[in-house]
Amino acid sequence: MIDKKTIEHIAKLARLQVSDEEAQEYSTQLAKALGHFEQISKVNTAGIEPLVTPTEIESFWREDVVKQEFTAEEMTANAPAKAGNLFKVPPVV
Amino acid sequence: MDLTFASISDIAEAVQNKKVSAKEVAEHFAKRIATLDEKLNSFTTKNDQAIKDAEALDTRIAKGENVGPLAGVPFGIKEMFCTKGLKTTAGSKILENFVPPYDATVVARLKAAGIVVMGKLNQDEFAMGSSNETSFHGPTKNPWKLDCVPGGSSGGSAAAQAARLVAGTLGTDTGGSIRQPASFCGIVGVKPTYGRVSRYGIIAYASSLDQAGPMVSSVKDAALTMEVISGFDSFDSTTTQRPVPAWSKNLKSDVKGMKIGLMKEYMSGSLHPDVQKTVENSIETLKKMGAEIVEVSVPMSEFAVPVYYLIAASEASSNLARYDGVKYGHRAEFKNLSAVELETFYGKTRGEGFGKEVKRRIMLGTYCLSSGYYDAYYNKAGQVRRLIMNEYLEAFKKCDVILSPVTTAPAFKIGERISDPLTMYLNDIFTTSTNLAGLPGMSVPFGLSQENLPIGIQLTASHFEEQKMLDVAFALESASPVKGKNPHVI
Repeated sequence: MIDKKTIEHIAKLARLQVSDEEAQEYSTQLAKALGHFEQISKVNTAGIEPLVTPTEIESFWREDVVKQEFTAEEMTANAPAKAGNLFKVPPVV
Repeated sequence: MDLTFASISDIAEAVQNKKVSAKEVAEHFAKRIATLDEKLNSFTTKNDQAIKDAEALDTRIAKGENVGPLAGVPFGIKEMFCTKGLKTTAGSKILENFVPPYDATVVARLKAAGIVVMGKLNQDEFAMGSSNETSFHGPTKNPWKLDCVPGGSSGGSAAAQAARLVAGTLGTDTGGSIRQPASFCGIVGVKPTYGRVSRYGIIAYASSLDQAGPMVSSVKDAALTMEVISGFDSFDSTTTQRPVPAWSKNLKSDVKGMKIGLMKEYMSGSLHPDVQKTVENSIETLKKMGAEIVEVSVPMSEFAVPVYYLIAASEASSNLARYDGVKYGHRAEFKNLSAVELETFYGKTRGEGFGKEVKRRIMLGTYCLSSGYYDAYYNKAGQVRRLIMNEYLEAFKKCDVILSPVTTAPAFKIGERISDPLTMYLNDIFTTSTNLAGLPGMSVPFGLSQENLPIGIQLTASHFEEQKMLDVAFALESASPVKGKNPHVI
Protein backbone atom coordinates (compact mmCIF):
# COMPACT_ATOMS: atom_id res chain seq x y z
CA MET A 1 0.00 0.00 0.00
CA ILE A 2 1.48 3.33 -1.07
CA ASP A 3 -0.27 5.82 1.19
CA LYS A 4 0.58 9.46 1.82
CA LYS A 5 2.83 8.51 4.74
CA THR A 6 4.83 6.08 2.58
CA ILE A 7 5.21 8.73 -0.13
CA GLU A 8 6.50 11.20 2.46
CA HIS A 9 8.97 8.59 3.76
CA ILE A 10 10.30 7.78 0.26
CA ALA A 11 10.52 11.47 -0.63
CA LYS A 12 12.59 12.06 2.52
CA LEU A 13 14.92 9.17 1.65
CA ALA A 14 15.24 10.49 -1.90
CA ARG A 15 15.91 14.06 -0.71
CA LEU A 16 13.06 15.19 -2.91
CA GLN A 17 10.45 17.76 -2.00
CA VAL A 18 7.12 16.84 -3.58
CA SER A 19 3.93 18.89 -3.48
CA ASP A 20 0.67 17.48 -2.06
CA GLU A 21 -0.68 17.24 -5.58
CA GLU A 22 2.41 15.30 -6.72
CA ALA A 23 2.23 13.03 -3.65
CA GLN A 24 -1.36 12.18 -4.52
CA GLU A 25 -0.45 11.44 -8.15
CA TYR A 26 2.66 9.40 -7.27
CA SER A 27 0.83 7.28 -4.72
CA THR A 28 -1.60 6.04 -7.42
CA GLN A 29 1.09 5.66 -10.09
CA LEU A 30 3.65 4.00 -7.82
CA ALA A 31 1.07 1.50 -6.58
CA LYS A 32 0.25 0.64 -10.20
CA ALA A 33 3.91 0.29 -11.21
CA LEU A 34 4.80 -1.78 -8.12
CA GLY A 35 1.76 -3.98 -8.80
CA HIS A 36 3.23 -4.57 -12.26
CA PHE A 37 6.64 -5.35 -10.71
CA GLU A 38 5.00 -7.99 -8.47
CA GLN A 39 4.81 -10.25 -11.54
CA ILE A 40 8.43 -11.24 -11.01
CA SER A 41 7.71 -12.71 -7.59
CA LYS A 42 6.28 -15.82 -9.26
CA VAL A 43 9.60 -16.63 -11.01
CA ASN A 44 11.58 -19.36 -9.29
CA THR A 45 15.05 -17.88 -8.76
CA ALA A 46 16.37 -20.22 -6.05
CA GLY A 47 20.15 -20.35 -6.17
CA ILE A 48 20.45 -17.84 -9.04
CA GLU A 49 23.21 -15.26 -8.73
CA PRO A 50 21.85 -11.78 -9.62
CA LEU A 51 23.25 -10.34 -12.87
CA VAL A 52 24.74 -6.91 -12.37
CA THR A 53 26.97 -6.28 -15.41
CA PRO A 54 25.75 -8.13 -18.50
CA THR A 55 29.11 -8.74 -20.21
CA GLU A 56 32.44 -9.87 -18.85
CA ILE A 57 34.65 -7.28 -17.22
CA GLU A 58 38.37 -7.72 -17.66
CA SER A 59 40.00 -5.98 -14.73
CA PHE A 60 42.91 -3.69 -15.37
CA TRP A 61 45.03 -1.33 -13.37
CA ARG A 62 45.86 2.17 -14.44
CA GLU A 63 49.41 3.38 -13.91
CA ASP A 64 49.70 5.07 -10.53
CA VAL A 65 50.68 8.41 -11.98
CA VAL A 66 49.62 11.78 -10.63
CA LYS A 67 48.06 13.89 -13.36
CA GLN A 68 46.38 17.26 -13.21
CA GLU A 69 43.59 17.09 -15.72
CA PHE A 70 41.54 20.06 -14.55
CA THR A 71 42.29 23.25 -12.72
CA ALA A 72 40.34 24.33 -9.64
CA GLU A 73 38.77 27.10 -11.75
CA GLU A 74 37.50 24.54 -14.27
CA MET A 75 36.14 22.30 -11.55
CA THR A 76 34.21 25.08 -9.85
CA ALA A 77 33.13 26.88 -13.03
CA ASN A 78 29.60 25.44 -12.89
CA ALA A 79 29.00 26.09 -9.20
CA PRO A 80 25.70 27.87 -8.45
CA ALA A 81 27.67 30.07 -6.01
CA LYS A 82 31.34 30.21 -5.10
CA ALA A 83 33.89 32.10 -3.08
CA GLY A 84 37.21 32.05 -4.93
CA ASN A 85 37.69 28.42 -5.83
CA LEU A 86 35.40 27.15 -3.08
CA PHE A 87 31.78 26.03 -3.39
CA LYS A 88 29.58 28.44 -1.48
CA VAL A 89 26.40 27.23 0.22
CA PRO A 90 23.86 29.03 2.41
CA PRO A 91 24.31 28.62 6.19
CA VAL A 92 22.94 25.19 7.06
CA VAL A 93 21.84 23.69 10.36
CA MET B 1 27.66 16.84 -54.78
CA ASP B 2 24.27 16.67 -53.05
CA LEU B 3 25.48 17.29 -49.54
CA THR B 4 22.05 16.89 -47.94
CA PHE B 5 21.73 13.18 -48.65
CA ALA B 6 25.41 12.27 -48.98
CA SER B 7 26.67 9.41 -46.83
CA ILE B 8 29.17 9.95 -44.05
CA SER B 9 31.92 8.25 -46.04
CA ASP B 10 31.14 10.28 -49.19
CA ILE B 11 31.37 13.56 -47.28
CA ALA B 12 34.60 12.51 -45.56
CA GLU B 13 36.16 11.42 -48.85
CA ALA B 14 35.13 14.62 -50.65
CA VAL B 15 36.55 16.74 -47.82
CA GLN B 16 39.81 14.77 -47.69
CA ASN B 17 40.18 15.07 -51.49
CA LYS B 18 39.34 18.78 -51.35
CA LYS B 19 36.32 18.36 -53.66
CA VAL B 20 34.41 20.31 -51.06
CA SER B 21 35.74 22.13 -48.03
CA ALA B 22 34.73 21.23 -44.49
CA LYS B 23 33.61 24.85 -44.17
CA GLU B 24 31.23 24.52 -47.12
CA VAL B 25 29.78 21.34 -45.60
CA ALA B 26 29.32 22.98 -42.19
CA GLU B 27 27.71 26.05 -43.78
CA HIS B 28 25.30 23.92 -45.79
CA PHE B 29 24.07 22.04 -42.72
CA ALA B 30 24.08 25.14 -40.49
CA LYS B 31 21.69 26.71 -42.99
CA ARG B 32 19.43 23.67 -42.89
CA ILE B 33 19.39 23.79 -39.09
CA ALA B 34 18.61 27.52 -39.12
CA THR B 35 15.71 27.21 -41.53
CA LEU B 36 14.17 23.84 -40.62
CA ASP B 37 14.72 23.18 -36.95
CA GLU B 38 12.09 25.62 -35.72
CA LYS B 39 9.52 23.08 -36.96
CA LEU B 40 11.18 20.19 -35.14
CA ASN B 41 12.79 21.55 -31.95
CA SER B 42 15.49 18.92 -32.32
CA PHE B 43 18.42 21.21 -31.43
CA THR B 44 18.84 22.54 -27.90
CA THR B 45 22.22 24.26 -28.36
CA LYS B 46 23.87 25.20 -31.63
CA ASN B 47 27.65 25.21 -31.78
CA ASP B 48 28.60 28.79 -32.71
CA GLN B 49 32.15 27.62 -33.37
CA ALA B 50 31.14 24.97 -35.94
CA ILE B 51 32.20 26.97 -39.01
CA LYS B 52 35.50 27.94 -37.35
CA ASP B 53 36.09 24.30 -36.35
CA ALA B 54 35.51 23.30 -39.98
CA GLU B 55 37.92 25.98 -41.20
CA ALA B 56 40.56 24.66 -38.83
CA LEU B 57 40.12 21.21 -40.39
CA ASP B 58 40.52 22.71 -43.87
CA THR B 59 43.76 24.35 -42.79
CA ARG B 60 45.09 21.02 -41.53
CA ILE B 61 44.04 19.27 -44.77
CA ALA B 62 45.76 22.01 -46.81
CA LYS B 63 48.96 21.22 -44.88
CA GLY B 64 48.63 17.58 -45.98
CA GLU B 65 47.51 16.26 -42.61
CA ASN B 66 45.23 13.25 -42.37
CA VAL B 67 42.40 14.56 -40.23
CA GLY B 68 40.66 11.21 -39.82
CA PRO B 69 38.10 8.90 -41.40
CA LEU B 70 35.16 11.23 -40.64
CA ALA B 71 36.81 14.42 -41.97
CA GLY B 72 34.38 17.31 -41.98
CA VAL B 73 31.27 15.20 -41.32
CA PRO B 74 28.66 17.35 -39.49
CA PHE B 75 27.37 15.60 -36.39
CA GLY B 76 24.69 16.30 -33.82
CA ILE B 77 25.24 15.01 -30.29
CA LYS B 78 22.51 13.99 -27.87
CA GLU B 79 22.41 16.18 -24.77
CA MET B 80 23.30 13.17 -22.64
CA PHE B 81 26.98 13.42 -23.76
CA CYS B 82 29.34 15.90 -22.16
CA THR B 83 30.86 18.26 -24.72
CA LYS B 84 33.68 20.56 -23.70
CA GLY B 85 32.52 24.16 -23.69
CA LEU B 86 29.08 23.29 -25.10
CA LYS B 87 26.02 23.32 -22.86
CA THR B 88 24.88 19.85 -21.78
CA THR B 89 21.59 19.80 -19.87
CA ALA B 90 20.42 16.17 -20.31
CA GLY B 91 17.04 17.76 -21.06
CA SER B 92 16.71 18.86 -17.43
CA LYS B 93 16.24 22.13 -15.58
CA ILE B 94 18.61 20.84 -12.91
CA LEU B 95 21.48 21.06 -15.44
CA GLU B 96 20.10 24.13 -17.19
CA ASN B 97 23.43 26.01 -17.27
CA PHE B 98 25.91 23.15 -17.17
CA VAL B 99 28.92 23.55 -19.46
CA PRO B 100 31.22 20.53 -19.12
CA PRO B 101 34.97 21.06 -18.88
CA TYR B 102 35.61 17.88 -20.87
CA ASP B 103 34.34 15.71 -23.74
CA ALA B 104 32.77 12.28 -23.27
CA THR B 105 35.17 9.64 -24.62
CA VAL B 106 32.91 8.92 -27.62
CA VAL B 107 32.72 12.62 -28.48
CA ALA B 108 36.50 12.97 -28.14
CA ARG B 109 36.98 9.97 -30.45
CA LEU B 110 34.57 11.37 -33.05
CA LYS B 111 36.34 14.74 -32.92
CA ALA B 112 39.72 13.05 -33.31
CA ALA B 113 38.25 11.29 -36.38
CA GLY B 114 37.42 14.68 -37.91
CA ILE B 115 33.73 15.37 -37.25
CA VAL B 116 32.36 18.88 -36.81
CA VAL B 117 29.95 19.18 -33.88
CA MET B 118 26.97 21.22 -35.09
CA GLY B 119 25.20 21.24 -31.74
CA LYS B 120 23.36 19.34 -29.05
CA LEU B 121 20.15 17.43 -29.58
CA ASN B 122 16.94 17.26 -27.59
CA GLN B 123 16.01 14.23 -25.50
CA ASP B 124 13.71 13.08 -22.74
CA GLU B 125 14.89 14.39 -19.37
CA PHE B 126 17.82 12.20 -18.24
CA ALA B 127 16.81 9.81 -21.07
CA MET B 128 13.68 8.82 -19.17
CA GLY B 129 10.94 8.46 -21.73
CA SER B 130 9.80 6.80 -24.92
CA SER B 131 8.40 9.86 -26.66
CA ASN B 132 10.71 12.87 -26.20
CA GLU B 133 7.94 14.70 -24.35
CA THR B 134 9.63 14.97 -20.93
CA SER B 135 12.41 17.34 -22.00
CA PHE B 136 12.85 20.67 -20.22
CA HIS B 137 13.30 22.14 -23.72
CA GLY B 138 9.85 21.03 -24.88
CA PRO B 139 8.89 18.15 -27.16
CA THR B 140 10.64 17.35 -30.43
CA LYS B 141 8.37 16.72 -33.44
CA ASN B 142 8.54 13.79 -35.83
CA PRO B 143 9.68 15.13 -39.24
CA TRP B 144 7.38 12.67 -41.01
CA LYS B 145 4.28 14.01 -39.24
CA LEU B 146 4.67 17.03 -37.02
CA ASP B 147 1.89 16.14 -34.59
CA CYS B 148 3.54 12.79 -33.79
CA VAL B 149 6.38 12.02 -31.38
CA PRO B 150 9.82 11.16 -32.81
CA GLY B 151 10.21 8.50 -30.11
CA GLY B 152 12.42 8.68 -27.09
CA SER B 153 14.64 9.24 -25.46
CA SER B 154 17.02 10.03 -28.38
CA GLY B 155 14.16 11.72 -30.28
CA GLY B 156 16.15 14.86 -31.08
CA SER B 157 18.91 12.77 -32.67
CA ALA B 158 16.39 10.75 -34.70
CA ALA B 159 14.46 13.81 -35.91
CA ALA B 160 17.58 15.82 -36.82
CA GLN B 161 19.01 12.86 -38.72
CA ALA B 162 15.76 11.99 -40.53
CA ALA B 163 15.37 15.63 -41.61
CA ARG B 164 19.06 15.63 -42.61
CA LEU B 165 19.98 18.62 -40.50
CA VAL B 166 23.26 16.76 -39.96
CA ALA B 167 24.94 13.75 -41.56
CA GLY B 168 25.26 11.72 -38.36
CA THR B 169 24.11 11.72 -34.75
CA LEU B 170 24.87 9.99 -31.49
CA GLY B 171 22.24 8.55 -29.17
CA THR B 172 22.11 6.51 -26.00
CA ASP B 173 20.05 3.39 -25.39
CA THR B 174 19.08 2.24 -21.90
CA GLY B 175 15.90 0.34 -22.78
CA GLY B 176 15.47 1.04 -26.48
CA SER B 177 16.20 4.76 -26.70
CA ILE B 178 18.23 4.45 -29.92
CA ARG B 179 16.20 1.74 -31.68
CA GLN B 180 12.69 3.02 -30.95
CA PRO B 181 13.17 6.62 -32.19
CA ALA B 182 15.22 5.28 -35.14
CA SER B 183 12.20 3.15 -36.06
CA PHE B 184 9.73 6.03 -35.58
CA CYS B 185 11.82 8.36 -37.78
CA GLY B 186 13.00 5.92 -40.47
CA ILE B 187 16.74 5.91 -39.79
CA VAL B 188 19.32 3.29 -38.75
CA GLY B 189 20.07 3.11 -35.02
CA VAL B 190 22.53 0.72 -33.36
CA LYS B 191 22.96 -0.18 -29.70
CA PRO B 192 26.30 -2.03 -29.52
CA THR B 193 27.06 -4.82 -27.03
CA TYR B 194 27.32 -3.51 -23.46
CA GLY B 195 31.01 -2.78 -22.93
CA ARG B 196 31.81 -2.05 -26.59
CA VAL B 197 31.53 1.70 -26.08
CA SER B 198 32.80 3.80 -23.21
CA ARG B 199 30.22 5.44 -20.95
CA TYR B 200 32.77 7.98 -19.64
CA GLY B 201 31.25 11.44 -19.94
CA ILE B 202 27.75 10.18 -20.65
CA ILE B 203 25.39 11.51 -18.00
CA ALA B 204 24.51 8.36 -16.07
CA TYR B 205 20.93 7.10 -16.01
CA ALA B 206 21.11 3.33 -15.36
CA SER B 207 24.77 2.34 -15.50
CA SER B 208 24.35 -1.39 -16.13
CA LEU B 209 22.04 -0.74 -19.09
CA ASP B 210 23.23 2.52 -20.77
CA GLN B 211 25.14 2.21 -24.04
CA ALA B 212 25.92 4.80 -26.74
CA GLY B 213 25.51 4.24 -30.45
CA PRO B 214 25.12 5.82 -33.88
CA MET B 215 21.81 7.08 -35.31
CA VAL B 216 22.47 7.59 -39.00
CA SER B 217 21.00 7.14 -42.47
CA SER B 218 22.52 3.83 -43.56
CA VAL B 219 23.93 0.59 -42.22
CA LYS B 220 27.37 1.41 -43.64
CA ASP B 221 27.39 4.81 -41.92
CA ALA B 222 26.47 3.05 -38.68
CA ALA B 223 29.32 0.55 -39.06
CA LEU B 224 31.78 3.32 -39.82
CA THR B 225 30.73 5.41 -36.83
CA MET B 226 30.86 2.40 -34.52
CA GLU B 227 34.44 1.70 -35.58
CA VAL B 228 35.38 5.18 -34.37
CA ILE B 229 33.53 5.19 -31.04
CA SER B 230 34.09 1.58 -29.90
CA GLY B 231 36.98 0.15 -27.93
CA PHE B 232 38.63 0.00 -24.56
CA ASP B 233 38.74 3.14 -22.43
CA SER B 234 40.79 3.25 -19.26
CA PHE B 235 38.21 5.70 -17.85
CA ASP B 236 35.44 3.07 -17.97
CA SER B 237 36.17 -0.26 -16.30
CA THR B 238 33.17 -1.90 -18.01
CA THR B 239 34.62 -1.42 -21.52
CA THR B 240 35.99 -4.51 -23.20
CA GLN B 241 39.63 -4.92 -24.18
CA ARG B 242 38.64 -6.87 -27.31
CA PRO B 243 39.83 -5.35 -30.58
CA VAL B 244 37.33 -3.37 -32.67
CA PRO B 245 36.47 -5.23 -35.90
CA ALA B 246 36.45 -3.46 -39.28
CA TRP B 247 32.67 -3.74 -39.52
CA SER B 248 32.24 -1.37 -42.49
CA LYS B 249 34.89 -3.13 -44.61
CA ASN B 250 33.52 -6.58 -43.82
CA LEU B 251 29.89 -5.62 -44.47
CA LYS B 252 28.15 -8.06 -46.82
CA SER B 253 24.54 -8.43 -47.92
CA ASP B 254 24.82 -12.16 -48.57
CA VAL B 255 22.66 -13.88 -45.98
CA LYS B 256 22.54 -17.28 -47.70
CA GLY B 257 22.59 -20.00 -45.05
CA MET B 258 22.27 -17.60 -42.16
CA LYS B 259 19.77 -18.60 -39.50
CA ILE B 260 17.28 -15.89 -38.57
CA GLY B 261 15.48 -16.54 -35.29
CA LEU B 262 11.88 -15.51 -34.71
CA MET B 263 10.97 -15.32 -31.07
CA LYS B 264 7.76 -17.18 -30.37
CA GLU B 265 6.89 -14.78 -27.56
CA TYR B 266 7.25 -11.70 -29.78
CA MET B 267 5.11 -12.93 -32.64
CA SER B 268 1.99 -13.75 -30.68
CA GLY B 269 1.27 -10.33 -29.13
CA SER B 270 -1.09 -7.74 -30.50
CA LEU B 271 0.79 -5.89 -33.21
CA HIS B 272 -0.46 -2.95 -35.26
CA PRO B 273 -1.37 -4.42 -38.70
CA ASP B 274 1.18 -2.18 -40.49
CA VAL B 275 3.95 -3.36 -38.14
CA GLN B 276 2.84 -6.98 -38.60
CA LYS B 277 2.97 -6.56 -42.38
CA THR B 278 6.43 -4.97 -42.26
CA VAL B 279 7.76 -7.86 -40.14
CA GLU B 280 6.22 -10.44 -42.51
CA ASN B 281 7.71 -8.64 -45.54
CA SER B 282 11.15 -8.63 -43.95
CA ILE B 283 10.94 -12.36 -43.22
CA GLU B 284 9.86 -13.11 -46.82
CA THR B 285 12.70 -10.96 -48.16
CA LEU B 286 15.32 -12.76 -46.11
CA LYS B 287 13.87 -16.15 -47.08
CA LYS B 288 14.13 -15.21 -50.76
CA MET B 289 17.74 -14.21 -50.17
CA GLY B 290 18.48 -17.71 -48.90
CA ALA B 291 18.32 -17.25 -45.14
CA GLU B 292 16.78 -19.95 -43.00
CA ILE B 293 14.03 -18.94 -40.57
CA VAL B 294 14.01 -20.78 -37.25
CA GLU B 295 11.73 -20.43 -34.25
CA VAL B 296 13.40 -19.65 -30.95
CA SER B 297 11.97 -19.08 -27.51
CA VAL B 298 12.88 -16.80 -24.60
CA PRO B 299 9.97 -17.41 -22.20
CA MET B 300 11.42 -15.14 -19.50
CA SER B 301 11.15 -12.15 -21.85
CA GLU B 302 7.61 -11.90 -20.47
CA PHE B 303 9.20 -10.28 -17.42
CA ALA B 304 11.58 -7.96 -19.29
CA VAL B 305 9.54 -4.76 -18.87
CA PRO B 306 9.03 -4.98 -15.07
CA VAL B 307 12.65 -6.14 -14.56
CA TYR B 308 13.92 -3.32 -16.77
CA TYR B 309 11.93 -0.55 -15.08
CA LEU B 310 12.81 -1.86 -11.65
CA ILE B 311 16.55 -1.98 -12.35
CA ALA B 312 16.57 1.29 -14.31
CA ALA B 313 14.64 3.21 -11.65
CA SER B 314 16.81 1.80 -8.85
CA GLU B 315 20.09 2.68 -10.58
CA ALA B 316 18.70 6.10 -11.56
CA SER B 317 17.73 6.92 -7.97
CA SER B 318 21.35 6.28 -6.99
CA ASN B 319 22.98 8.01 -10.00
CA LEU B 320 20.82 11.12 -9.70
CA ALA B 321 21.74 11.61 -6.04
CA ARG B 322 24.69 13.69 -7.28
CA TYR B 323 22.39 16.59 -8.23
CA ASP B 324 22.36 18.36 -4.91
CA GLY B 325 22.69 22.02 -5.90
CA VAL B 326 26.21 22.38 -4.44
CA LYS B 327 28.73 21.67 -7.20
CA TYR B 328 26.79 22.37 -10.38
CA GLY B 329 23.30 22.78 -11.74
CA HIS B 330 20.17 24.41 -10.40
CA ARG B 331 19.94 25.60 -6.79
CA ALA B 332 16.73 26.77 -5.14
CA GLU B 333 16.65 30.32 -3.72
CA PHE B 334 17.38 30.64 0.02
CA LYS B 335 18.18 34.34 0.07
CA ASN B 336 15.97 35.57 2.91
CA LEU B 337 16.77 32.81 5.36
CA SER B 338 19.45 33.09 8.01
CA ALA B 339 19.94 29.33 7.97
CA VAL B 340 18.45 26.35 6.23
CA GLU B 341 18.17 22.66 7.12
CA LEU B 342 20.36 20.50 4.91
CA GLU B 343 17.49 18.20 3.94
CA THR B 344 15.39 21.22 2.96
CA PHE B 345 18.31 22.54 0.90
CA TYR B 346 18.62 19.31 -1.08
CA GLY B 347 14.87 18.58 -1.19
CA LYS B 348 13.78 21.99 -2.48
CA THR B 349 16.59 22.17 -5.05
CA ARG B 350 15.88 18.66 -6.36
CA GLY B 351 12.11 19.12 -6.19
CA GLU B 352 12.37 22.23 -8.37
CA GLY B 353 15.07 20.94 -10.70
CA PHE B 354 13.71 17.55 -11.72
CA GLY B 355 10.66 17.05 -13.91
CA LYS B 356 7.69 14.83 -13.14
CA GLU B 357 8.88 11.64 -14.86
CA VAL B 358 12.34 11.85 -13.30
CA LYS B 359 10.88 12.35 -9.83
CA ARG B 360 8.50 9.44 -10.39
CA ARG B 361 11.40 7.12 -11.26
CA ILE B 362 13.57 8.38 -8.39
CA MET B 363 10.69 7.66 -6.00
CA LEU B 364 10.13 4.24 -7.52
CA GLY B 365 13.83 3.37 -7.37
CA THR B 366 14.25 4.66 -3.84
CA TYR B 367 11.32 2.51 -2.72
CA CYS B 368 12.73 -0.61 -4.42
CA LEU B 369 16.16 -0.09 -2.81
CA SER B 370 14.81 0.78 0.64
CA SER B 371 15.21 -1.40 3.69
CA GLY B 372 12.84 -4.37 3.64
CA TYR B 373 12.19 -4.21 -0.09
CA TYR B 374 15.67 -4.63 -1.63
CA ASP B 375 15.55 -8.44 -1.78
CA ALA B 376 12.01 -8.62 -3.12
CA TYR B 377 12.66 -6.05 -5.83
CA TYR B 378 16.22 -5.16 -6.90
CA ASN B 379 17.87 -8.44 -5.98
CA LYS B 380 15.02 -10.51 -7.43
CA ALA B 381 15.11 -8.43 -10.63
CA GLY B 382 18.85 -9.15 -10.93
CA GLN B 383 18.15 -12.88 -10.65
CA VAL B 384 15.41 -12.80 -13.30
CA ARG B 385 17.76 -10.71 -15.44
CA ARG B 386 20.31 -13.55 -15.39
CA LEU B 387 17.60 -16.04 -16.41
CA ILE B 388 16.63 -13.79 -19.33
CA MET B 389 20.27 -13.54 -20.47
CA ASN B 390 20.80 -17.31 -20.17
CA GLU B 391 17.72 -17.99 -22.30
CA TYR B 392 18.97 -15.58 -24.95
CA LEU B 393 22.38 -17.28 -25.02
CA GLU B 394 20.60 -20.63 -25.51
CA ALA B 395 18.49 -19.13 -28.33
CA PHE B 396 21.64 -17.90 -30.08
CA LYS B 397 22.90 -21.49 -30.25
CA LYS B 398 20.07 -22.07 -32.75
CA CYS B 399 20.30 -18.85 -34.79
CA ASP B 400 22.69 -16.08 -35.85
CA VAL B 401 20.38 -13.13 -35.42
CA ILE B 402 16.90 -12.64 -33.91
CA LEU B 403 14.42 -10.59 -35.94
CA SER B 404 11.50 -8.83 -34.25
CA PRO B 405 9.39 -5.68 -34.32
CA VAL B 406 10.88 -2.62 -32.59
CA THR B 407 7.56 -1.37 -31.24
CA THR B 408 3.96 -2.58 -31.29
CA ALA B 409 2.84 0.38 -33.45
CA PRO B 410 4.27 3.29 -35.48
CA ALA B 411 4.82 6.73 -33.90
CA PHE B 412 1.89 7.95 -31.79
CA LYS B 413 0.46 11.44 -31.36
CA ILE B 414 2.10 13.97 -29.03
CA GLY B 415 0.25 13.94 -25.69
CA GLU B 416 -1.49 10.64 -26.38
CA ARG B 417 0.25 8.52 -23.74
CA ILE B 418 2.02 10.98 -21.46
CA SER B 419 -0.56 10.84 -18.64
CA ASP B 420 -0.39 7.06 -18.27
CA PRO B 421 3.17 6.05 -17.36
CA LEU B 422 2.52 2.31 -17.31
CA THR B 423 1.15 2.30 -20.88
CA MET B 424 4.19 4.34 -21.91
CA TYR B 425 6.50 1.84 -20.16
CA LEU B 426 4.87 -1.06 -22.03
CA ASN B 427 5.87 0.67 -25.25
CA ASP B 428 9.36 -0.72 -24.65
CA ILE B 429 8.26 -4.36 -24.66
CA PHE B 430 10.44 -5.44 -27.62
CA THR B 431 13.57 -3.47 -26.79
CA THR B 432 14.29 -3.74 -23.06
CA SER B 433 15.43 -7.36 -22.88
CA THR B 434 18.35 -6.57 -25.23
CA ASN B 435 19.70 -4.11 -22.66
CA LEU B 436 19.07 -6.45 -19.74
CA ALA B 437 21.13 -9.16 -21.47
CA GLY B 438 23.75 -6.66 -22.74
CA LEU B 439 23.21 -7.76 -26.35
CA PRO B 440 23.75 -5.65 -29.45
CA GLY B 441 20.54 -4.56 -31.18
CA MET B 442 19.53 -2.27 -34.00
CA SER B 443 16.65 -0.89 -36.00
CA VAL B 444 16.68 -0.70 -39.79
CA PRO B 445 13.86 0.99 -41.76
CA PHE B 446 11.76 -1.47 -43.72
CA GLY B 447 8.17 -0.18 -43.98
CA LEU B 448 5.77 2.71 -44.03
CA SER B 449 2.40 2.74 -42.32
CA GLN B 450 -0.87 3.64 -44.05
CA GLU B 451 -0.36 7.08 -42.54
CA ASN B 452 3.09 7.35 -44.12
CA LEU B 453 5.03 6.85 -40.89
CA PRO B 454 8.25 4.80 -40.90
CA ILE B 455 8.47 1.32 -39.37
CA GLY B 456 11.76 -0.34 -38.47
CA ILE B 457 12.80 -3.95 -38.03
CA GLN B 458 14.78 -4.91 -34.94
CA LEU B 459 17.76 -7.24 -35.22
CA THR B 460 19.53 -8.63 -32.17
CA ALA B 461 22.71 -10.70 -32.01
CA SER B 462 24.73 -12.45 -29.34
CA HIS B 463 27.39 -10.57 -27.36
CA PHE B 464 30.06 -9.00 -29.60
CA GLU B 465 28.44 -10.41 -32.78
CA GLU B 466 27.63 -7.00 -34.26
CA GLN B 467 28.91 -8.06 -37.70
CA LYS B 468 26.18 -10.68 -38.16
CA MET B 469 23.52 -8.16 -37.16
CA LEU B 470 24.91 -5.48 -39.47
CA ASP B 471 25.12 -7.95 -42.39
CA VAL B 472 21.43 -8.91 -42.06
CA ALA B 473 20.53 -5.23 -41.75
CA PHE B 474 22.63 -4.46 -44.86
CA ALA B 475 20.72 -7.16 -46.77
CA LEU B 476 17.35 -5.83 -45.61
CA GLU B 477 18.40 -2.27 -46.43
CA SER B 478 19.30 -3.27 -50.00
CA ALA B 479 15.75 -4.55 -50.53
CA SER B 480 13.91 -2.07 -48.33
CA PRO B 481 10.66 -0.76 -49.83
CA VAL B 482 11.33 2.60 -48.14
CA LYS B 483 14.84 3.09 -49.47
CA GLY B 484 15.32 6.68 -50.59
CA LYS B 485 12.04 7.89 -49.04
CA ASN B 486 12.33 10.98 -46.90
CA PRO B 487 10.04 12.97 -44.59
CA HIS B 488 7.97 15.82 -46.05
CA VAL B 489 9.31 18.48 -43.73
CA ILE B 490 12.58 18.59 -45.65
